[in-house]
Amino acid sequence: MPSQIVSLVVNGERREFIAAPGATLLACLRESLGLIAAKRGCAQGACGTCTVLVEGRPEASCLVPVETVAGASVRTLEGVTAGGELDEVQSAFIDCFATQCGFCTSGMIMVAEALLERNPDPSEDDVIEAVSGNVCRCTGYRPIVIAIMEAARRRRERAVPR
Amino acid sequence: MAKLRGRGFASVNYPTGMNLGGDPSQALIHATTTGTFVVSLSSVDLGQGIKTIAAQCAAETLGLPMGNVLVDTADTDTGPHCMGTFASRGSHRVGNAVIMAAAEARGVMLEVAAEELEVDAADLETDGSGYIMVRGAQDKRVHVTDLAMAAHFKHGRTISGRGVYLKEPSVPVPETGEMDPDSCQAHACTVAVVEVDDETGVVEVLELFNAYEVGRALNPAMATQQVEGGAWMGVSHALFETTEPYYPLRDHGPRDFSAYLMPGPADIPSQHSVILERPAANGPYGAKGIGEMTANAPIPAIANAIFDACGVRLTSMPFTPESVLRGLDALRMEEPC
Repeated sequence: MPSQIVSLVVNGERREFIAAPGATLLACLRESLGLIAAKRGCAQGACGTCTVLVEGRPEASCLVPVETVAGASVRTLEGVTAGGELDEVQSAFIDCFATQCGFCTSGMIMVAEALLERNPDPSEDDVIEAVSGNVCRCTGYRPIVIAIMEAARRRRERAVPR
Repeated sequence: MAKLRGRGFASVNYPTGMNLGGDPSQALIHATTTGTFVVSLSSVDLGQGIKTIAAQCAAETLGLPMGNVLVDTADTDTGPHCMGTFASRGSHRVGNAVIMAAAEARGVMLEVAAEELEVDAADLETDGSGYIMVRGAQDKRVHVTDLAMAAHFKHGRTISGRGVYLKEPSVPVPETGEMDPDSCQAHACTVAVVEVDDETGVVEVLELFNAYEVGRALNPAMATQQVEGGAWMGVSHALFETTEPYYPLRDHGPRDFSAYLMPGPADIPSQHSVILERPAANGPYGAKGIGEMTANAPIPAIANAIFDACGVRLTSMPFTPESVLRGLDALRMEEPC
């Protein structure tokens, strides 16, 4: 099977690149498009550090053959920092000290973005469930859960017109 | 059938560093033309935060803001020597080396400032915001950015410093076994509260109370994070991580980390942590190492809490549901009917 040209809408911008058969979404993002925020951890869909949003849903991009999502809208951590400003999730991760070595952080932030998109007022259990597919070996998870709760609070406050 | 609650505690004394055949770490500092002090190290930051600690030690000693310090751990092949990231040694060894290098660089910085301001270097002080000034005459001052520029282009000086911390080799005295293996020891105690399900054998850690004597917490947020992240690893060792419970053959065991059990975010206990400070004489600003010890005390504390909850004394990790149930069965066999 020959390589083919694949088109995606990545962080709002249409991008085209050549993909070998079976090339993963993760490999294409990192190697063809130079978007290296999503990390290659286990490469088996178990650790979650490669998480990106495909049509708004969090997906383990290491398991997604890119041709199966051709034409789709993909959001990566690079697309979260709109206009160079950190968003509520990112700034809450800093303020709540929810990152240590940083290898899981990109995936954690993306699952948080997806959660807050569909549920602006999550319970702690909702947050725990959302990050349950993502492994962190440094923090013990607690600061991450607290940061996402804090981000949700900040985003709700911002949404209230003054 | 019931969920039985128990509480246990354990303490740990943990050495900072080893003496190996002599254990050195080096640091080199130099100022760029714009007054950024580059700290060159071969010490690797894999998330434990040595770059932050090194920057804090350099800024504190130089008397400059953190923003004037850049820590470069680029290349272990060409950089100054470091033995490595192990034995909870980084903050202690590297911190001391950075302080030594920064003290030398500060000396040169004040010498050049003395030339620039035409005063005696002994009369100069730093204000922590980037100015070097004459003590008692604060309008006679120069900013470090201007000073570094002048050092390069006017005075022909290199503002730099060298540092090394060496833990000297120590061999045991044959008759007594006596030796000097470490630099200092940190101390900690963890109390675990667990719930044991006597029907399923599942142990759940509900709460951990951690008290850590760390010498000095150079960065309290990072110290607390290390304590609680490390405790999570302890819970993981105590209750989860094993290649064993696969039946009937070892061949059915996990081949990779996706089949290797670790606690997830839903398995975390709530933690309460206290940091106590008794500065170590040979530590950088009194700090001891607390890297590895944080995973230690939770394990025996959990074992003791299981014993307290249901009377089962487990001595090998992990404390799986199977081992708890076998222990409960053995206790029932002992009891007269």
